[in-house]
Amino acid sequence: MSGDPAAADSEVEAAIRRNRPALITYITAGDPSLEDTKEYVEALDRGGSDLIELGLPFSEPIAEGSTIQAAINRALAAGTTPEGFFELVEDLETEAPLLVMTYYNMILQYERSEASRASGERAVNPRDEPDVRPFVERAADAGLSGIIVPDLPAEEADPLREACNDHGLDLVCIVAPTTEGERLERIMSQVSGFAYVQARLGTTGARANVSVATHDSLARLSKYDVPKAVGFGVSEGDHAAEIVEAGADGVIVGSALVDIIAEHGAGEENGDAPAADALEAKAAELKRGAVRGAESVTDDPEVTPEPEQP
Amino acid sequence: MSTGDQERTHETTESNRDDRNTGKRDADATFGGDYGGQYVPEALMPALQELEDAYERYVLENEDGFMDEFRERMREFGGRPTPLQRADRLSERYDREIYLKREDLLHGGAHKLNNALGQVLLAKYMGKERIIAETGAGQHGTATAMAAAHLDMPCEIYMGRTDINRQRPNVYRMRMNGAEVNPVTAGSGTLKEAINETMRDWATTVENTHYVIGSIVGPHPFPKLVRDFQSVIGEETRRQIQEQAGRLPDSVVACAGGGSNTMGTFHAFVPDEDVALYAVEAGGSSLQIDVEEGLAPNSATLSTGTDGVLHGAMTKLLQSEEGQIVESHSVSAGLDYAGVGPELAHLVDSDRVTPVNVDDDAALNGFHRLSNLEGIIPALESSHALGYLERTAGPDAETTSHDELGDLVVVNVSGRGDKDLETVLEETEKRDLEAAPDVEVFDG
Ligand SMILES: Cc1ncc(COP(=O)(O)O)c(C=O)c1O
Repeated sequence: MSGDPAAADSEVEAAIRRNRPALITYITAGDPSLEDTKEYVEALDRGGSDLIELGLPFSEPIAEGSTIQAAINRALAAGTTPEGFFELVEDLETEAPLLVMTYYNMILQYERSEASRASGERAVNPRDEPDVRPFVERAADAGLSGIIVPDLPAEEADPLREACNDHGLDLVCIVAPTTEGERLERIMSQVSGFAYVQARLGTTGARANVSVATHDSLARLSKYDVPKAVGFGVSEGDHAAEIVEAGADGVIVGSALVDIIAEHGAGEENGDAPAADALEAKAAELKRGAVRGAESVTDDPEVTPEPEQP
Repeated sequence: MSTGDQERTHETTESNRDDRNTGKRDADATFGGDYGGQYVPEALMPALQELEDAYERYVLENEDGFMDEFRERMREFGGRPTPLQRADRLSERYDREIYLKREDLLHGGAHKLNNALGQVLLAKYMGKERIIAETGAGQHGTATAMAAAHLDMPCEIYMGRTDINRQRPNVYRMRMNGAEVNPVTAGSGTLKEAINETMRDWATTVENTHYVIGSIVGPHPFPKLVRDFQSVIGEETRRQIQEQAGRLPDSVVACAGGGSNTMGTFHAFVPDEDVALYAVEAGGSSLQIDVEEGLAPNSATLSTGTDGVLHGAMTKLLQSEEGQIVESHSVSAGLDYAGVGPELAHLVDSDRVTPVNVDDDAALNGFHRLSNLEGIIPALESSHALGYLERTAGPDAETTSHDELGDLVVVNVSGRGDKDLETVLEETEKRDLEAAPDVEVFDG
């Protein structure tokens, strides 16, 4: 995988279209250590992930529920840095393209963090306007295929989008249940990779059911010919089936996987095989669910699933 | 704005209003092009735009008499205008005219009500059904709880664990006014974490809930909205000082956490270029950031921060080189914040506002001195502004300082210090403070 600027087609979009219905998995890099993350990502890849999002931890994760907040705290406590993150990405050989999920300040500060790492002191004038390009360049070099930034709405995304375009990365945009009208039009016209359909208002976190908003959103978005993947709350194979049946091209699962990592605690002596196995099995369950959902669409296109209450 | 304008026709060429709700950046969203903006999850964008419309219609254009009702309520419920008082003994001590803007006399005991009542009333005009807010010192939470009770709105307040412990009286006041207080245990349990948690609540409940943000921070339009509700402080002061002293002041001094009392006081004076504006931040115990611990033992964001994005805005921040926000510290809970309002960051960069800071000891001395000399117990936040006065014009000041403040000085006493008594006794006992009374006697 590479961020070849000359490549006209998006690897991310291709991965979804080729593997439809796609499974997109998320874990936080450095939780509980970068070595563990490497094993976990490989396990998720084996389990059938078609895209993998890696969280670069930021201290103020306002879009995150308690599960991923805790993962981010563990990763920060373990000393996870942007440079360590990129080195992990360079080390990984997965079939699934990798995306980085992080907050905007981490992207803005990368230049300064690099300058100071290189020189051992503060090399950038604090008054200089931070620039997103050094992060994007490094991400492309490391082999990432895309970026997701939960605190960067379309209104603020121009600088990062331009940098991503120049380096052949996808800047994935999020569509919320509240996104409507002209904003929806504009966001859908800028979709890069896939549209991240936020299944419900609020924060990330595993839920027991598929939200009504998921069905509403997929119906509302059906006229746009772009890949759509649904995230926020998806935790089981049956959810994946229901969401794909309702018209999604993929499902995004994060907290349910992070829960598995949290349950297994810090790496065991002999390499932490149980957590990796459990992650692989969970990914396989989710992928099977998604496929089941796709099959039932082909079997009976008339079927309209009964949404549970959120 | 008339309702017709909301169905945008694109016939009008100019105006950022045409860009609103289209996914393009609103030209009004920043200060000087860089600071500010709207760095929030997508789910919140429509609510911010709804708020922007309401801000323009009700606040800027007084639609349905909103501002008339707001001013009337601030007079009858809030007790505005607050006095501008000549501080006789401070004037003597510092050998110049010192005037105090008495926001401590506003209902609730701090300037916070100006904003809280304005926003709760606005929420009501917007048809929202529920109020949420964060609080640090508990003053904003208290003001919001009072305003919500006054206007009959259900209200929930998020407050960090550490702050709950050091500002107990305000927790009780919020509960008395019928608000629910939700403790936040993440991080160091102070203002930053409380804002995170309130934003998460808002991202979930945005359709019927208004988030009454407590300072000139957060995404556009909050920094402007809050400033406009607070700017009554400076408008009154500007009029009062001319009536009482016959001219504009040489300098205006206010403490700065997020900066709402600061910009509220400064706003009317910004065009008066001969009036120097001093924003006094918390120097805490040291100005250095401890990178290993991810901790800054201060909250001097304007003086030492670097540009970045926190809580929806590009502004100056206390952060590590990698972009992690560090835990700030101040003896005063209301100043204990790693960010600052984007408008203040802009005014500092453009050299209109001078950022200064005093440490915990100077603030505690400022607290004791005003209590002693003037019979006014100030909030620990406001005590920083008084500490700066002493450092610049007091007996131990360097000689050049006299000109810095000039002969006629206004200090904003943003709040009263009842809430801080426990902290002050505790912190005073640990130190050898020249202005403090013997606190041992308080025990027996
Ligand atoms: C009395 C008082 N002054 C000042 C502040 C700091 O806030 P700001 O900087 O927004 O005025 C607070 C905050 O709680 C406060 O209670």
